[in-house]
Amino acid sequence: MNIQVDLKEEDNFLQAYISGEIDAHTAPVLREKLEHYQNHKGLRAELDLSDVNYMDSTGLGVFVAFYKGVNSNDGHVKLKGLSPRLKRLFDITGLGAIMDIESAEEGVN
Amino acid sequence: MVQKIESQYKEILMQYMQRQSEQNLYDGQNFSRQLISENIAPEEVISVHKAVMQEMYSELPDLVWHSFDLLIEMMISYGLALQERESLLQRQEELRVEMDLAANVQETLLKTKMPSLEGLDIGLLSIPARKMNGDYIYFVSDDNGHAGIAVADVIGKGLPAALCMSMVKFGMDSLNNAEVNPSEVLNVINRVVEKSIDDSMFVSMFYGKYDAKKATLTYGSAGHEPAILYRAEDSSFTELTAKGLLLGVTPVATYEEHTVHLEKNDLVIMMTDGVTEGRTSQGFISREVIFELIERKKDHSAQEIVHYVYEELERMQNAEFKDDFTLVIYKKS
Repeated sequence: MNIQVDLKEEDNFLQAYISGEIDAHTAPVLREKLEHYQNHKGLRAELDLSDVNYMDSTGLGVFVAFYKGVNSNDGHVKLKGLSPRLKRLFDITGLGAIMDIESAEEGVN
Repeated sequence: MVQKIESQYKEILMQYMQRQSEQNLYDGQNFSRQLISENIAPEEVISVHKAVMQEMYSELPDLVWHSFDLLIEMMISYGLALQERESLLQRQEELRVEMDLAANVQETLLKTKMPSLEGLDIGLLSIPARKMNGDYIYFVSDDNGHAGIAVADVIGKGLPAALCMSMVKFGMDSLNNAEVNPSEVLNVINRVVEKSIDDSMFVSMFYGKYDAKKATLTYGSAGHEPAILYRAEDSSFTELTAKGLLLGVTPVATYEEHTVHLEKNDLVIMMTDGVTEGRTSQGFISREVIFELIERKKDHSAQEIVHYVYEELERMQNAEFKDDFTLVIYKKS
């Protein structure tokens, strides 16, 4: 029941590798780490969720807040490595249609 | 007071000095509980100990008495920490009472009246995981056989989620029309929610408009868990998907709507993710398991099916729901 967030930023390009579970307990950790970057002008962010084995709607809230923050500063957010379960969550909520998302088995689903 | 404590303590100490038995220690433990309940600070207890010792063993060297003075001084902070804890407990109790009141207000405020429609049996259950419910069901109906239902879920839990729900309710109240189509309802509520809430709080909502004369359900979804249609004819389950973004993300979202015709004994199952996101020690509870539960009770009333599903899911998860649970079933009769 834990989360690990590794962030690396260079030339306004943020790479994040997130693993573990994103739920009501761990979401604040993730939010705090991402918030630090979302006001950078023109940030390009790539968040790798390959090793996120569980996420609930609270986690979704964190990504949307980050997405809105980065977008309003002319930046871009890309989420990649989504498991089918996570992909479904983004699709149901309609977020899949407005965010740049790449699932783990792109082309298979 | 102090004298009474001194004499009681002296008795216990004397006994212990003589015998050092388990019973003596036990008496001491009980006495300390009594002192705690009377709010006697730790440093006072040591003062009493020192006074009693001086009375009983006055011949001991001064060194011993000095050491007690230091110990008494050191215990003062412990006494303060204890006081602080007491006041925190009291504060917590006050908050608990306030939360209870707020939950009652929420219940009254968000109360909705289940419509009674020709040929439609409705069952529903909404159970909060904590005190305040972040799920919400709203009905609107008229005398011409139209009824609208909104099933909403605030992302986020507890008090903020509950406050957010009132906003949805007032948005729906302002529409106050059972004939409005889902896409329009969702549009209006989206604008209300988008204006008012912070960036990490969103609402998902399913809206269904039922027309009793035609036995049709027109539905739309704002990022909500799809409703399920059970066809009695071939015992099949289908997701009623409709494209639409969560409420509150952007003011310009548009919402699809679709219509299905209900036949005798068909079911429409509407829910929040508290129903589908259940987990046991073996992993997630799959949707097929939920379908199976429903099918087992398909010949019962809608309310009986809803209760059965809740009870079974509760049993599988050892009576522990992590999220608010809301399930509504329409059964065409």
